[in-house]
Amino acid sequence: MNRISSYLVVAGVLVAAACTLGERKMTVAPELIDAALKGGWAASTPEWLARHTQDETMRLCTQYNNEPPKAVAATIEASARASIKYPADGKLIGDWRQGERLAQSGYGMRFTDYPARNPTGGNCYACHQLSEAEVSYGTLGPSLLGYGKIKDFTAEAIKATYEKIYNSHAVLPCSNMPRLGANGVLTPEQIRDAVALLMSRDSPVNK
Amino acid sequence: MCAALVSAPLALAQDATEAALEKYRRMLKDDPWSNPGLLDADRGEELWKTKLTACDLGKGPGKVEGAFAELPRFFADADRVMDAETRILWCLEKTGFNVAAFLRSPHPAGGQPVKEVGAIATYVASKSSGMKFAAPTAHPKEKEAVALGDALFNRRAGPFDFSCTTCHASDGARIRLQGLPLLIEPAAARKVIGEWPGYRVSNAHVMTMQHRLLDCYWQMRQDRLVFGSDASVALTSYLVANAKGGEISAPSIKR
Repeated sequence: MNRISSYLVVAGVLVAAACTLGERKMTVAPELIDAALKGGWAASTPEWLARHTQDETMRLCTQYNNEPPKAVAATIEASARASIKYPADGKLIGDWRQGERLAQSGYGMRFTDYPARNPTGGNCYACHQLSEAEVSYGTLGPSLLGYGKIKDFTAEAIKATYEKIYNSHAVLPCSNMPRLGANGVLTPEQIRDAVALLMSRDSPVNK
Repeated sequence: MCAALVSAPLALAQDATEAALEKYRRMLKDDPWSNPGLLDADRGEELWKTKLTACDLGKGPGKVEGAFAELPRFFADADRVMDAETRILWCLEKTGFNVAAFLRSPHPAGGQPVKEVGAIATYVASKSSGMKFAAPTAHPKEKEAVALGDALFNRRAGPFDFSCTTCHASDGARIRLQGLPLLIEPAAARKVIGEWPGYRVSNAHVMTMQHRLLDCYWQMRQDRLVFGSDASVALTSYLVANAKGGEISAPSIKR
């Protein structure tokens, strides 16, 4: 083995070690973080103040750098699954045209969006490719082009898609994706429109 | 199999998009004298020379050259760590500047010029242009600020569950067409942190680091970051620590 490849092996071992550590080393006292949060944001109302308070899921995802050990991941997954609510009529697939509209819209919940002048969007294109026609798409999430076709438009896949959008942590604990339903960003009716965008045969996603 | 077939032409399209974006970024930087931010640096210089000749940015009263490269730092007279903008505001307060009024609206709206504090910060930063970030970290409060900034940078909260790392811990990812720097890695942080304050073409004004951070929290659906707060300074301390050794090129010109 030459010198460069032995360096690579050492580097690989170090990277592997760093990856398995997972948990964040807290080098700063929690009280200091709390004090900084208190003075750091305008927090004019209790609603805004509440946005800085982490629930158990966010506390754990932050603590484990979004790579929770198995037992923690199972807890997060279970509580995410329990949070999912379905539309009253049980229909999980809505109107893909409305879904496309909300996938395009990044409006809502920003501190300049009050009082709200438009419905809150899902902003899906910020992170995902969805249709061939929209070239301005982000890449933080996987491409969803052809999603319904790949999933064969099955009823199981429709349900799984609804659940993923409602609370992504039910599928991937500590996912980067917002809990759009559980956090009240989108309504169950909006979520089924987004499901329609992904899972309808006539949606531009599946053209 | 299906996914592989779909993703091959996509990768090509993505490369073409990235190449076109890179060309646009290059064109912005081709003629450095076309940067409108230089006018704000000039305005800031005038303001500094009329109001702040006694202001100590860490290198002695009135000394501007190279000061920005060593900020944020601990200031004994204020008993806290301050970044350039926070320190400038602290100095202005001593001259009778209305801080309360300023804090109600510290940043320009789109198309409006950067405010006085930001213009002075642009001037101060420009006098470290070409130098490398070397913020001191010997004082316990300076260490604490970096650690606090690290914790805040990684802290997920708000209705979207975002932390700064949601966007800035993936290499080469984009939001829509905007590339996202991998700010947790020194190699990437060194390239971009020194570009602030920068003239932002899409906003038609100079945007300072305090403003840039506020803008991130807006996107993250969290509350307004308070100008000069410990949180805002700590985030800057953390980013500058990651960018240590990186060159300052302020004011830059941004998309």
